[in-house]
Amino acid sequence: MADILIYLETAHGADGATLKKPAAEVATAGRALADAAGGRLVALVTGAVQPEGILGGHGVDEVLHVDGEAYGHHLLGAQSAALEAAIADVQPATVLLAATVLGKELAAYAAGRTGRALVSDAIAVQSAGDGIVATKPKFAGKAIARITASGPSIVSLRPNAIPPAEAARDATTRTLAVEVPAARVRLRDVSAAGEKKLELTEADRIVSGGRGMGAPENWNEVLDLAAALGAAHGASRAVVDAGWRPHAEQVGQTGKTVSPKLYVACGISGAIQHLAGMSSSKVIVAVNKDAEAPIFKVADYGIVGDVHDVLPMLTEAAKAFLAS
Amino acid sequence: MKIIVCVKRVVDTETRVKIGPDGTSIDLGGVQFITAPYDEMAVEKAIQLRDAAGEGSVTVVTVGPAAATKELRTALAMGADAAVHAVVEDRLGPNATAAALAEVITGREYDLILCGKQATDEDDAAVGPLLAAALDLPCVAFVHGLDVEGRTALAEREIDGQAERLDVDLPAVFTAQKGLAEPRYPGLKGIMAAKKKPLETVEVDTSGGLTTIESLELPAARAAMVTIDPTPEGMQSLLTALRNDKKVL
Ligand SMILES: Cc1cc2nc3c(=O)[nH]c(=O)nc-3n(C[C@H](O)[C@H](O)[C@H](O)COP(=O)(O)OP(=O)(O)OC[C@H]3O[C@@H](n4cnc5c(N)ncnc54)[C@H](O)[C@@H]3O)c2cc1C
Ligand SMILES: Nc1ncnc2c1ncn2[C@@H]1O[C@H](COP(=O)(O)O)[C@@H](O)[C@H]1O
Repeated sequence: MADILIYLETAHGADGATLKKPAAEVATAGRALADAAGGRLVALVTGAVQPEGILGGHGVDEVLHVDGEAYGHHLLGAQSAALEAAIADVQPATVLLAATVLGKELAAYAAGRTGRALVSDAIAVQSAGDGIVATKPKFAGKAIARITASGPSIVSLRPNAIPPAEAARDATTRTLAVEVPAARVRLRDVSAAGEKKLELTEADRIVSGGRGMGAPENWNEVLDLAAALGAAHGASRAVVDAGWRPHAEQVGQTGKTVSPKLYVACGISGAIQHLAGMSSSKVIVAVNKDAEAPIFKVADYGIVGDVHDVLPMLTEAAKAFLAS
Repeated sequence: MKIIVCVKRVVDTETRVKIGPDGTSIDLGGVQFITAPYDEMAVEKAIQLRDAAGEGSVTVVTVGPAAATKELRTALAMGADAAVHAVVEDRLGPNATAAALAEVITGREYDLILCGKQATDEDDAAVGPLLAAALDLPCVAFVHGLDVEGRTALAEREIDGQAERLDVDLPAVFTAQKGLAEPRYPGLKGIMAAKKKPLETVEVDTSGGLTTIESLELPAARAAMVTIDPTPEGMQSLLTALRNDKKVL
């Protein structure tokens, strides 16, 4: 009988902490592993969250809650101390967490601290004997590896890879005391400027623009379509390098790897390094005036046309369609 | 200021991947190799920090095949001072790689260790934090800004659309995100100078692996594309398909 531990990342705002979107996906994967091993699913949450019943609906049996001064902002040292304490308490076969920016960092650091095997950015995980077998993209998604760990492991799961499933439980809550080491990394400040937004890697839908948008002044066409579809917005490297858009929006090999349910590529040629960042999207729609553009090789739906005609048309249609 | 930079030889990002006969690695026939793009940024940043401090050294370290001497020489040509090469022909998993790097680095002097955020072959974004844990150092991954003032570094990174600034006690490990520095091209002078710079070869224990690659496959081919007319009716049929067939709206 082996228990499974999941770490649920929280977002910190003015009104306390909230669970980040991939939590239900991580719980769903954790429930399946716990069932296969005949064990319990224990969730760790840190910070000023309401821990009661967290994700009982997705199969969590028990919630371990860690709070205190060190948990007002996500700092690696304190988060890892909490995770290490939870690992010592639960002795889980496997620890799962979301492969967000902070999740990948924590997974690796805690794996190093606890001597556990690490699989980073997996898209599926199953139990196999005393260990696990995980699937993860390598070479920018151009190949998929099956990786086994025969002993205790930590696995980070790519957001949007696992569809959340319901499994009702009465999750009990327990407070876990953690000895937090002296902080060697301290928060100086967080920009008040940029709106706090959903990380591109966690978004369900993304509309991205490329050099084919013509000029930065035309970006409202991308933003309007994104707004109409309830999507986050991204960009190709060509437009980031040209200074039209900030680097944080870049999708691709030297930008973000995304796997949304819907990816709409507008005026993007589909260079191999761009495909590297988005080809695992569930559904890809491409708009390009060149019928030979390589983006059409990975697209599910292709629109050959001028972005300046097609985007406003699609935006209007989407507004009406989604209102109906 | 003494800086160690971990660099990896990886297949070129343009590579068309074919699976090798062993079924667990890619076919390297005709493949070009490069320094992992984020590692180049880390090297550039290290050179800039050393030059700004007006003293110190940049040492590049790799765990990799004999052929990786080429990538080390490139870093030396860019301006690094010395290189250490742990010659390992096998491809190691993240735990073993970090353990091997920790073995190479232990006993050397450093104020800062820089890695790339992610090697573009394994795509783990893991070796930096694993290495920090192994050396019991603080770690900040994915930094796009880094300054050093005395025994403290100021690291900047972006989390959920917000810029976070962190004060970090040195020594520490940082991993380079795009924006940290724009790698220079080594000039002829740099290439000539690199030939005379020290490149030390060391042996490491590679038994620290905790994961095994069972198989490597090409991703499932995507279904054939459906062409949509650039007309209002076309948009309507697209939206209907996205909702009813694909269930993504
Ligand atoms: C090491 C390395 C890393 C890289 N990393 C990345 C990365 O992370 N992300 C990334 O995106 N790229 C990356 N690249 C760059 C990549 O190779 C391409 O250069 C880049 O993706 C091209 O961007 P684009 O498609 O916007 O521009 P272009 O290639 O210029 O394509 C523009 C497209 O728009 C179409 N178009 C033009 N006008 C219109 C119109 N009016 N209506 C409709 N369509 C129109 C054109 O037909 C064309 O297909 C990397 C390259 C290297 C070498
Ligand atoms: N074999 C290696 N030799 C030297 N540095 C490495 C090696 N593997 C990974 N690294 C460093 O760790 C970073 C992250 O790699 P990865 O975790 O594999 O994505 C890379 O960008 C390098 O800086």
